[in-house]
Amino acid sequence: MNVITKMLCSFLSWIDARFPLTKLWNEHLAKYYAPKNFNFWYFFGSLALLVLVIQIVTGIWLTMNYKPSAEHAFASVEYIMRDVEWGWWIRYMHSTGSSAFFIVIYLHMFRALLYGSFKKPRELLWLTGMFIYLTLMAEAFFGYLLPWGQMSYWAAQVITSLFGAIPVVGEDLALWIRGDYVVSDVTLNRFFSFHVIAMPLVLLGLVFVHIIALHEVGSNNPDGIEIKKHKDANGIPLDGIPFHPYYTVKDIYGVVIFLIVFSLVIFYYPELHGFFLEHANFVPANPLSTPEHIVPAWYFTPYYAILRAIPDKFGGLVAMGFAVILFFFLPWLDRSPVKSIRYRGWFYRIALTAFVISFLFLGWLGMQVATPLYTWLARIFSVIYFLFFLLMPFYTRRDNDKPVPERVTMP
Amino acid sequence: MQDGEIDKHRRRFLTTTATVIGGVGVVASSIPFISAMKPSEKTKAIGAPIEVDISELQPGELKIEKWQGKPIWILRRTKQELDDLPSMNTSLRDPDSSVDQQPPYAKNEYRSIKPEYLVVVGICTHLGCSPKYLPDGGEALGPEWKGGFFCPCHGSRFDLAGRVFKGVPAPSNLVVPPYKFLSDTRILVGDDSGVNA
Repeated sequence: MNVITKMLCSFLSWIDARFPLTKLWNEHLAKYYAPKNFNFWYFFGSLALLVLVIQIVTGIWLTMNYKPSAEHAFASVEYIMRDVEWGWWIRYMHSTGSSAFFIVIYLHMFRALLYGSFKKPRELLWLTGMFIYLTLMAEAFFGYLLPWGQMSYWAAQVITSLFGAIPVVGEDLALWIRGDYVVSDVTLNRFFSFHVIAMPLVLLGLVFVHIIALHEVGSNNPDGIEIKKHKDANGIPLDGIPFHPYYTVKDIYGVVIFLIVFSLVIFYYPELHGFFLEHANFVPANPLSTPEHIVPAWYFTPYYAILRAIPDKFGGLVAMGFAVILFFFLPWLDRSPVKSIRYRGWFYRIALTAFVISFLFLGWLGMQVATPLYTWLARIFSVIYFLFFLLMPFYTRRDNDKPVPERVTMP
Repeated sequence: MQDGEIDKHRRRFLTTTATVIGGVGVVASSIPFISAMKPSEKTKAIGAPIEVDISELQPGELKIEKWQGKPIWILRRTKQELDDLPSMNTSLRDPDSSVDQQPPYAKNEYRSIKPEYLVVVGICTHLGCSPKYLPDGGEALGPEWKGGFFCPCHGSRFDLAGRVFKGVPAPSNLVVPPYKFLSDTRILVGDDSGVNA
């Protein structure tokens, strides 16, 4: 050992005597044993963390030039786009990042449905993840108002009015949320506060809890087998490999691919044909005139289609609420002893396929003008969407599941 | 009691009182935080009444003003349009304005003080979008359409008295704000003091 290494070593032990640095490093990276058979679907957890970091950093920089007032908000965003050096890049990173966040989270959730990662003993992991999803929806909604374009304004007006559909307290609740009779400067100012401080703090806290819960129970895997059942003499799972360096390297590989696609969007298709930045939002908010065709951002359209499918104001709100809330109950709705789709019977496979098709179709329908045909299609897909959850206790219990092997199979 | 022995009763009493007093403090301090999000005095003041000049308004013309941040529509209806109103009744959800969406003086077949002038809040009672004024049905609403308002958000329809049609998501008629005529050509929106109900 040379002098420098010696100095570093003694410095590390100085720290370790005062802060559990080596202990944390080992518990969560170098000696955290993850199943050796992770596949493509296991990229999205670390990618979600990456996008979170991107959103926080670009958000801090946007806040340096953005003005949260009805009078100046729209112009300040244009100022960022035109006059601030690299402002356009930071802003497009942030707007593309919000969509990327939902893409990554939806794929992350789909992975859980594929391999039964929500099932015992990972119920709390799933619940904290769902709370992250809810917080993310709130964060995205609050942020969407800030550019103060026509779509920002009317989306906020519609969503805050949704609370008005709640019997008795609804109108007062909507008034309390907006702080004004309609969405206004007051609303913009408080949404800014929620978007830049309240929700991010909650989000960071929940992500911390989510990771702690994950490392307590250990990761699931594409075979849905608990690797902790078979350990060697040192108590290390036989089918486990240390997260670092094996999966840190794998995840960095995923990060590179992700950033290539992400950059392609930022540099060449920042609006993505109105999906990531809607055309009506390039017009400043006008409280006296609603645009011809308003739709929420694409990541909310499945729920929006369900809302529109119900011909009753309060009923639509209830259905939309349930569409989100039902995810929370998945660990208890699923009665199959098998976790992974690899060993599940055809009932669950068909149900999951039908659910995914419904979700995507509802997402598409939520962007269209509601013609009678589309409304009926939305109703049919809404029914399939709900049946996936409500019939789950029945079809999973009597599914023709296959025997699950003792040890993981290599991909 | 001897020295060194733990008095569990005293311990429980102290824990309970500390928790209760602390809890009351937390609940009490939530009141200012919740109240701070209600409309401020300034916001309420901006809701002051507005005066609208209607001397230039032509029959069939719609004027949009802003009160409490909301669009206020003043529509001058033609004789034909007023005569058509009763024929709508069967296709309306609340033709007689029985739901409390208007001041008493506007609870009549025209939903207005003077039949010719309709004054309503231009916000859809469904989810708060601002409907479009469509005197003609065009292709979308067909030849049966006798004029009215169409909400682009979720397809709610209202007739020229702001009454909601059946089978649309909006649950009730458009709101008539408090208003009064200051003269034949001036309307005060937001204040109806002194008006005989």
